Amino acid sequence: MRVALFITCYNDTLFPDTGKAVVRVLERLGHTVEFPAGQTCCGQMHWNTGYQSEALPLVKRFVEQFRGAEAVVVPSSSCVAMMRDHYPKMAAEIGDAALIAEVSQLLPRVFEFSEFLIKRLGVEDVGASYPHRVTYHASCHGLRNLGLGDGPVRLLKAVRGIDLVELNALEQCCGFGGTFAVKNADVSSAMLEEKTGAVLATGARVCTACDNSCLMHIQGALHRQKTGVKTLHLAEILAAQEGAEL
Amino acid sequence: MSGSALDPKTAPVFPIAARTAMKDGQLRRNVRHATDVIQAKRARVVAEMPDWQELREAGKQIRQHTMENLDFYLEEFEANCTRAGGVVHWARDAAEARQIIVGLVKASGSDEVIKIKSMTTEEIQLNSALEAAGIHPYETDLAELIIQLGHDQPSHIVVPALHKNRQQIREIFQREMNLPKLGERPEDLADAARIFLREKFLRVKTGVSGANFLIAETGGVCIVESEGNGRMCLTLPETLIAVAGIDKVVPRFADLEVLFQLLPRSATGERMNPYNSIWTGVNAADGPRAFHVVLMDNARTEILADAEGRQTLNCIRCGACQNACPVYRQTGGHAYGSVYAGPIGAILTPQLQEMHHAQSLPYASSLCGACYEVCPVKINIPEVLIHLRNKVVKQNGPLNVEAFAMKMMGMIFLSEHRFRAAQRMGRMAEAPLVRRDEKGEGWIGWLPGMLGGWTKVRDLQEMPQETFRDWWKKRGTHGS
Repeated sequence: MRVALFITCYNDTLFPDTGKAVVRVLERLGHTVEFPAGQTCCGQMHWNTGYQSEALPLVKRFVEQFRGAEAVVVPSSSCVAMMRDHYPKMAAEIGDAALIAEVSQLLPRVFEFSEFLIKRLGVEDVGASYPHRVTYHASCHGLRNLGLGDGPVRLLKAVRGIDLVELNALEQCCGFGGTFAVKNADVSSAMLEEKTGAVLATGARVCTACDNSCLMHIQGALHRQKTGVKTLHLAEILAAQEGAEL
Repeated sequence: MSGSALDPKTAPVFPIAARTAMKDGQLRRNVRHATDVIQAKRARVVAEMPDWQELREAGKQIRQHTMENLDFYLEEFEANCTRAGGVVHWARDAAEARQIIVGLVKASGSDEVIKIKSMTTEEIQLNSALEAAGIHPYETDLAELIIQLGHDQPSHIVVPALHKNRQQIREIFQREMNLPKLGERPEDLADAARIFLREKFLRVKTGVSGANFLIAETGGVCIVESEGNGRMCLTLPETLIAVAGIDKVVPRFADLEVLFQLLPRSATGERMNPYNSIWTGVNAADGPRAFHVVLMDNARTEILADAEGRQTLNCIRCGACQNACPVYRQTGGHAYGSVYAGPIGAILTPQLQEMHHAQSLPYASSLCGACYEVCPVKINIPEVLIHLRNKVVKQNGPLNVEAFAMKMMGMIFLSEHRFRAAQRMGRMAEAPLVRRDEKGEGWIGWLPGMLGGWTKVRDLQEMPQETFRDWWKKRGTHGS
C-alpha cells in the first residue's frame, strides 16, 4: 500500500525520530511511504486555544496535501482526534460544500499509527525486539476520542523480550493539554507529578505512548528529577530490532 | 475560606485561585480521597447496567428535546402547577428572584426558613439576601449545614462539603452547636446534626427548596435526596417556596424513569435515591397551605440562543464531571470562583455571568474528555469549552501577545518555506538557553515570560539539529 505520512508539526520539529521509526515499521511491513512536503500543522493548537479563524486555513491546507492519498498515517492521536472531531463541524459551519465533501471522503482514510496497524492492516506483531522494561501511558485523545482501547498494548505485547508493566491510573490525564501546561502551569504540574509518580512506581526504564506531546511533558519532569527514565514514542519501540539499546 | 459568597464578579482568575487552593495540602487530600471513593462507587454501579450507553442517549434526547421546546414546556408547567393550586412566579434574573422570595417569606409571616439543599439558591446568593431582610435561613442538608455553620462555601454540586474531613466537621459542630464533648464517630456527628435540625423542622413554618426536575405534564416539583431532610421541608411547613432555573423542566412524568436511573448512579454511585419526592400543588388534608414556584431565567435564555453552548442547559447537576476531572481533583471547587465548580462550572459560569468575569474558566481544563465520558446526558463539555475559548479570543481582540503569536504561527504554517525558516530560527533562538547534561544532551531548564510556566517543573529537550523533513529529503537523494 502507498501510505502518506502526516508527521505533525511538533514531531517534524522536535521528534523526528518518531517519523523515522514510523517509516521503518511501515517499510518493514512492505508498504511504500510518501511524505507530501507541503504539509505543516493540523490546526489543533489554534483550534483548542480558541483561534478558530487561524485554524480553518490549516484544515484546507491539510485536505489539499492529502486528498489523493490511499491511506494517511499520523503518529499522534490528538491530531487525529482534532481531524475526526472537528474538521467536519468546521467545514459545515462555514457552509463550504466542497470542503464538507472532501473532508468526509478523506477522514475514513486517516489513521493514528497504532490504529492503522491493528485496524487497517490487521497486524499485531511487527517483528520488533526490545528487551527492556516498558510502561505504556494512554493519552486522553487516543483513549477517549479515538477509542484505541488495548490496541497499543497488544502491539507492545508482541514485541520480543519486552517486559511490559501496567501503569496505575492509566486513564488519568498527564496534565499537558497543549497551552493548558503554560496557562495553568501549577495545576498542570500537580497532575504531572501524579503521572510521573505512577511511572516511577512501575520500575520501568521507558515510558511509551502514542503521542509525543504527552511524552514531552512527562519526559520534561523525569529529566528535571534526574530519574534516568526516558520516554519513547510507540513507533520507536515497534521499530526497534535485535540489539536495540535503551 | 471566608464566609463571603463565591462571586465570579470578584473572584480571582482561575490560575491564581488554583495556586492558593493547591497550597492547602489537607484540602487536596480530602478532595482526592472523596473523588476517588465516589468515582469507584459510580464505576461499580454503572457497570451493572448493560444499557448504560442507551440510557445516556435517552437522557440526552430528553434534555435536548426539552431545550428545543422550552417555551412550550414551561407554559405547560405553569398551567398545570396553577391548576393544582400552586402559584408560579417568573424571575428574569437573580435580583428579581431574590426579591420575589424575600417578599413571599415575609408574606408567610415567618422570619426563619428551613432550606432544602439547592444550587440555584447558592447561585443567586439567597441566604445573604434573606439575612439582609432579617430572615434566618437554616440549611437542613447535612453537608450544607456544615458549610453554613463553618461560614464556608460549597465546593461540589452534590457533596458541597467534600473538601472537609471528619475532624474538621467535628470542630465546626463543637464550636457552632456548643457541644465541646462531641465524639468523632460518623454516628456522633449525624446524631448532633439530627438533634440540631429536628427542632427547626418542627418549629419553622416556611420552607425554601430548589428543584431537581419540574414536570410539565403534571406541574409537579421533584426533589431527589438521600437524607430525608428534603421530605421534611416539603411536608412540614405551611408555606413552601421552590426556586428553579427554567432549564429544570422535563416534559413527562415518564421521563423520570430515565433520569432516576442516570442521576443517582452518576452522582453518588447509588442505584436509587433513598428519597424521591414530587410535590404537586396544595392539598387541604396535608402539607403546605401555600405553594409557590419561582421560575428563574438568569441568563439561561441567552445560553439557549447559542446553538453551541445550549447543551450546557442539559445538565442534571449530578457532579460526575467534577469527580472525574483531574483539574478539579487538584484544586477543589473554590478555585472556580463560583458555586458551579469543575468542568460543568467551567462552561456554565462564563455563560451565566458576563464573559468578562470568567475569562479564565474555559481554559481551566486540559480537554482530557473525562467529563464527557461520565456525563449521564452526554454534554460534550470539551466542545463547549473550546467554543467559549473562541468567544474569549474574539472578546480580547488582536492586540495582545498571545493573539499576535497565534497569528504569526498561523501564517508560518500556511507555507512550507516559512515553516522551514521558523524551524531554523527556533534552533538559533533557543541556543543561548540550552545547557548540556551529564550525558551531553542539550536541555532547557529556564524559559522567559509566559513560557516560564513550563520550565518551573519540567525541562525541555533542545531541538534536534535535523528535522524529519530534512532527513526525508536527504534520504530521497541518497537512498535509505
